[in-house]
Amino acid sequence: MRLTDDEQAMLDGRDGPAVQRAMDLLLRYGRALGAERLVETNNVVASISATTPFMRDYARQRGGMDGVFSEFSLDSDDVVPIPRVRAFTTHVQLGFDPGNAALMGVDEQTVRFYQQGEAYITGLGVQATNTCTPYQVGNIPTRGEHCAWMESSAVIYCNSVIGARTNTEGRESVGAAMLTGRIPYWGYHLDENRRGTHHIQLAVPVESTADWGLLGYWIGEQVQDRVPVVEGIGKLPNLARLKHFGASASSSGGVEMYHLVGVTPEAPSVAQAFGGNYPVAQLRYGERERRDAWEKLNHTGRDTQVDYVMLGCPHYTIEQIWEAARLLEGRKVHADCELWIFTPRAIKSLADRNGYTRIIEDAGGHLLTDSCSAMSRAAPKGTRVVALDSAKQAHYLPAILGVQAWFGDLAECIDAACTGRWNGGLS
Amino acid sequence: MIASENGKDEVRVLRGRCVVPGVAEGEALVTRDAISGWGGIDSRTGTIVETRHELRGVSFAGKVLVFPGAKGSSGWSNAFHLTRSLGVAPAAMLFNQMSTKLALGAVVTRSPSMTAFDQDPLAEIETGDWVRVDADRGLVEIRKRRATV
Repeated sequence: MRLTDDEQAMLDGRDGPAVQRAMDLLLRYGRALGAERLVETNNVVASISATTPFMRDYARQRGGMDGVFSEFSLDSDDVVPIPRVRAFTTHVQLGFDPGNAALMGVDEQTVRFYQQGEAYITGLGVQATNTCTPYQVGNIPTRGEHCAWMESSAVIYCNSVIGARTNTEGRESVGAAMLTGRIPYWGYHLDENRRGTHHIQLAVPVESTADWGLLGYWIGEQVQDRVPVVEGIGKLPNLARLKHFGASASSSGGVEMYHLVGVTPEAPSVAQAFGGNYPVAQLRYGERERRDAWEKLNHTGRDTQVDYVMLGCPHYTIEQIWEAARLLEGRKVHADCELWIFTPRAIKSLADRNGYTRIIEDAGGHLLTDSCSAMSRAAPKGTRVVALDSAKQAHYLPAILGVQAWFGDLAECIDAACTGRWNGGLS
Repeated sequence: MIASENGKDEVRVLRGRCVVPGVAEGEALVTRDAISGWGGIDSRTGTIVETRHELRGVSFAGKVLVFPGAKGSSGWSNAFHLTRSLGVAPAAMLFNQMSTKLALGAVVTRSPSMTAFDQDPLAEIETGDWVRVDADRGLVEIRKRRATV
């Protein structure tokens, strides 16, 4: 790998041992990829927190949070003092909601340890946004900006909708990026890897948020980690629909970049989306494909008695909370069912002021932040059957919690929460 | 390429590109399914836990893991990093599809790793074969299980 003089100085220890370890890791990582150089970044989405008992014990025995950062964010053999970060960095979701720990079954000791950790993280200069949707709360890169993001649903949004450039980074590479302002110049940082590979023609209308989740889930299975180009979009999708679409496609297949012709910034036309690539496949999304996605997402659903409804994967927008509150107003969550809705903490404070939190709580539901059931492995006690409006959550939760899952739209989920029954189906 | 050692053991050799340097050997564990890190493995035991994965319930601890590539969450590297912390990492990793998840995961797991082979390791290596990985020299030596039984 070729290093600039500035990068070489970091590797030689000019900026201290933590930056030296960071540059050493970037070099090992870049060589593993076959990258030729690094690229500057001032936009990082990272996980640094320690919310599991393992991490808590590790910190106690191995140098506190500097020890955790040295090992799990820098892959360093020794504990080094961690300086303030160089690049703008926002934190991803956590293993629980510190504001609702008891509800999620998390003990006070873990909460206290997390709070110390949060003070450490913000002390480094990292923003405690604690969300899988950084683009909702102050981290919206510029088109073309080189980023180093974790969280697959955020990565696909960053590349496809915003037109910024990131690979799916991991805890160690973003740790190195925030201290050096560098990341390997590889993959989706380069033009040639951003061009379309598969052509998808829509033959049915794709309009609702659920529709977009189904389409994403089907496309991910078809193209795996390649770059789909979708043509035939009617009604323009909003943020929530694209958020759901990307999260679905990155769960079922690992898609990190897509083009919607006439919608996303690098796809004003089919030809521009492919950028000279010849499509490796021409696929059609019709009624049968839509049903196939719906059936796969509902393959664990058997019992219609629903114990738990989880909304907010990826974290809900204020518009989605508004919609949920309107559907809930004047109704009550069924005595045998629980409703948890997840959103970034910054959006919850808006929901508090708007009165939505009160509407949700008056109905017997909860508005939580910072996490979700897949990340926390937490659900109401005794949950056997879950209803979800997220294809990603329906993909992961049956494996993570051993529950049955129903996938449907928001109205079906609110109805399930209030009746304790699943009455959804493919419209 | 087939070489002969002591006129008995048949040794096959694959050539590929070094991803993580080092030399290691062990019994092969081969899968045609891509591997998920977070949510796909139990880092405490090095066991594949993903539902519908052909190796569900099987541990890769100390094995030469041969697989097509990585999939799933950006927690891939951390999940494999933890297997090293807990002493259940694979001895070596051989794979076909390069990705940031896998490159970073292999680097922090610190198991000798290789990719970009002259022959498909999924076709040449079977579970139970004895495999020596010399990532420094870009060589994989395979002793077939039937020759050692």
